[in-house]
Amino acid sequence: MSDTLNLTLKVWRQAGPDQPGEFRVYQLSDVSPDMSFLEMLDVLNEQLLAQGEEPVAFDHDCREGICGCCGLVINGQPHGPLRETTTCQLYMRHFKDGDTIVIEPWRAAAFPVVKDLIVDRTPLDRIIAAGGYVSVNTGQAPDGNAIPVPQEVAEKALDAAACIGCGACVAACKNASAMLFVSAKVSHLALLPQGHPERKKRVLSMVSQMDAEGFGACTNTYECEAACPEGVSITNIARLNREYFKALFA
Amino acid sequence: MVQVKEGTLDSKVPDGPITEKWDRRRNELKLISPTNKRKFEIIVVGTGLAGASAAASLAELGYNVKAFCIQDSPRRAHSIAAQGGINAAKNYPNDGDSIWRLFYDTVKGGDFRSREANVYRLAQVSNHIIDHCVAQGVPFAREYGGLLANRTFGGALVSRTFYCRGQTGQQLLLGAYSALMRQVHLGKVTLYPRHEMLDLIVVNGTARGIITRDLISGKLEAHTGHAVLLCTGGYGNVFYLSTNAKASNVTAAWRCHKRGAFFANPCFTQIHPTCIPVSGSYQSKLTLMSESLRNDGRVWVPKKKGDTRHPNDIPEEERDYYLERRYPAYGNMVPRDVASRAAKERCDAGYGVGSTGMAVYLDFKDALQRDGVDVIRSKYGNLFDMYLKITNENPYEVPMRIYPAVHYTMGGLWVDYHLQSTIPGLFVLGEANFSDHGANRLGASALMQGLADGYFIIPYTLGDYLAATTLEPVSPDDAAFQDGIKEAEGRLRKILDVDGTESTTSLHRQLGQIMWNHCGMARTEQGLKEARDQIRELRERFWTSVRVLGGPQTLNQSLEYAGRVADFLEFAELMVVDALHRKESCGCHFREEYQTEDNEALRDDENFCYVAAWEFHGVGEDPTLHKEPLTFQEVPLTTRSYK
Repeated sequence: MSDTLNLTLKVWRQAGPDQPGEFRVYQLSDVSPDMSFLEMLDVLNEQLLAQGEEPVAFDHDCREGICGCCGLVINGQPHGPLRETTTCQLYMRHFKDGDTIVIEPWRAAAFPVVKDLIVDRTPLDRIIAAGGYVSVNTGQAPDGNAIPVPQEVAEKALDAAACIGCGACVAACKNASAMLFVSAKVSHLALLPQGHPERKKRVLSMVSQMDAEGFGACTNTYECEAACPEGVSITNIARLNREYFKALFA
Repeated sequence: MVQVKEGTLDSKVPDGPITEKWDRRRNELKLISPTNKRKFEIIVVGTGLAGASAAASLAELGYNVKAFCIQDSPRRAHSIAAQGGINAAKNYPNDGDSIWRLFYDTVKGGDFRSREANVYRLAQVSNHIIDHCVAQGVPFAREYGGLLANRTFGGALVSRTFYCRGQTGQQLLLGAYSALMRQVHLGKVTLYPRHEMLDLIVVNGTARGIITRDLISGKLEAHTGHAVLLCTGGYGNVFYLSTNAKASNVTAAWRCHKRGAFFANPCFTQIHPTCIPVSGSYQSKLTLMSESLRNDGRVWVPKKKGDTRHPNDIPEEERDYYLERRYPAYGNMVPRDVASRAAKERCDAGYGVGSTGMAVYLDFKDALQRDGVDVIRSKYGNLFDMYLKITNENPYEVPMRIYPAVHYTMGGLWVDYHLQSTIPGLFVLGEANFSDHGANRLGASALMQGLADGYFIIPYTLGDYLAATTLEPVSPDDAAFQDGIKEAEGRLRKILDVDGTESTTSLHRQLGQIMWNHCGMARTEQGLKEARDQIRELRERFWTSVRVLGGPQTLNQSLEYAGRVADFLEFAELMVVDALHRKESCGCHFREEYQTEDNEALRDDENFCYVAAWEFHGVGEDPTLHKEPLTFQEVPLTTRSYK
């Protein structure tokens, strides 16, 4: 594993939302296979700084796959080639010496580019604000064990709640649909008894906000599931549809 | 010479028996009517567990809240990365737990350097936190009967930790975030994502607002409020390599310190025993493997020095399970500081493993044989996957290699029992304050403290402050705010104008080396003195040779980063001053000169049983030490033993 890689990087550079963008080509040598993808970009940025070119802007924070900040389209795939892996958890040992790597931001009308590889994902926050919660004020709760939840239900709810809000599902979808994201939150709360009182209102408001933000519709191509770093399943979308129609016609 | 003052700090701890203090105080605190709460504007900086829970709870009460975070969404605050769990004294497992025992374990775990009354209150409200999070829909682990499950964490002999697989922090934060977003929807919280606090504005001695930089446009803004809540987390990134998120920083807390807020026990930083070891010089951060793994993993090194055999080829009798050997009662579940030091001791003595020799094994072989792969996967699956992704080694087949790494900072801005700093109107919550963990934090207690402060303490104490204080109206156009903007602008300009040759990353990495070598797991007087000189030298170099490209009026990540590192370079010196003055070993603060014969920390209760709160006088100037004496009425001062 000690052999280093020499890479050609084609990186999307865009000064701002209203500026035209372009790919710029950079050569990077002696990349350790034990580096993470973002550490490789750190090295590129140090190189650019030394050459007097502004470093590439990209979102990142925890670098352990949980905060949902990072997200790059790598060779056409959101978060790159590995299944259930965020960009920050992708390691260079999965690339070969001499590879050309194309790096782009999320592409979706609802996620305008802010700069270089950074996009605006605040629409996802507004969808949660529209109803992605249980309306309980601090101080109102009964004892934790007053509400039993069957183990398999709790586990299923956690599978959905594991969504990190990175937006890869939107980037992967040809319609730039946010259905997987929305369905994860709707499922998490529809499965649990705590979420039942607001079940109908929640799904209707969240879907309405999703539409207002300009996300596309779901046409069942499953790309979202394939790109999701948390393995959130498209069965959640089926549940979302069921919840939605039940709420609409009830 | 450091100037020392005593009797200047009023902790406002209520009188009476410890079990009644909080109830008594709650009955004394002044209230504000629902209609009057609407007249107040509260600034909350940071949206982790402490910030999000405080902002949501205050908005529910009727206050108008402005919530600021540096990330693109409040959901991304670093609380999200907490893995293992959250403690509460529910005693659901019927194993003898109680509020008193949680209190006792936390005081003892903190090596008697925390404030008893605060810790007792923390244990009291711990149960309400679980209730509230369950009601929010946090999907905690359940038993087959549908009731809440628990597991054990270090420093305890009971199972009191509630968890959601290895992603408890994520689920608790999403709970608090959803409560926050509900209030955004209701119009009670205004959200300012991608905004960084660059200064605190103090008017007539009270905190009245902040200066922020819009990280997208680069615009500097003044925000006014009736109180400021600082919930900005810890300063572990002063070491460059830590388990903290890359953007975690000390800037907001440091700016408050420079405006008059005392900084308490800055040298108390936790080195977590179970992290993935450093692999190369390009490394940008370290990754924690949850302490919960020590429930089933056994820590060992070869008995033979420099043994290079594959771990699976080393027979049982040639393995040294040194934690079980040294601490038979707690074994692999000793507190973090004890486990970290024991790992360092073995590696320094030449028994370490891996290519660098700076690692020990965490082995699941016995647990896998006992419980089977499926059970282990259901408990730790995501952690094992993460380990595999990073190291390319499969922990189901080969023992994990682990080594201690900087993880949490117990030190922070000094606060009284009401969470108020030495600047009236500035409250500090969560990891950013110093109060509850003493010299060492037990596992699964950070989430508990962040949520306790935000959900159940600040909603009471803030009202009392506002009801008792007359505050003049202020405007962003006032001189105090406009001067604050000019000062922040000047500082950014100054960084850009250096136009030198060194990158911020390189300077930060050098600072990290100094801190790790001299102010990390083991400290000596001579090393700390050297560190202080080296920090000053490096700080000077920063201001003559840093190179930052781009301008201030745009999204400029290099400029953000340089500003944070500039503050770390000032703050680091205070850490070293604090570590130098504390001539004892306690918890994570291990001064080599002060240890027992079997290498355990040797406290000096006669001379150092106090909180060291530092007052700022200028960069590079000696700060003044204010002592808050600690008295232990409920838990008698004893030598900590986990044997």
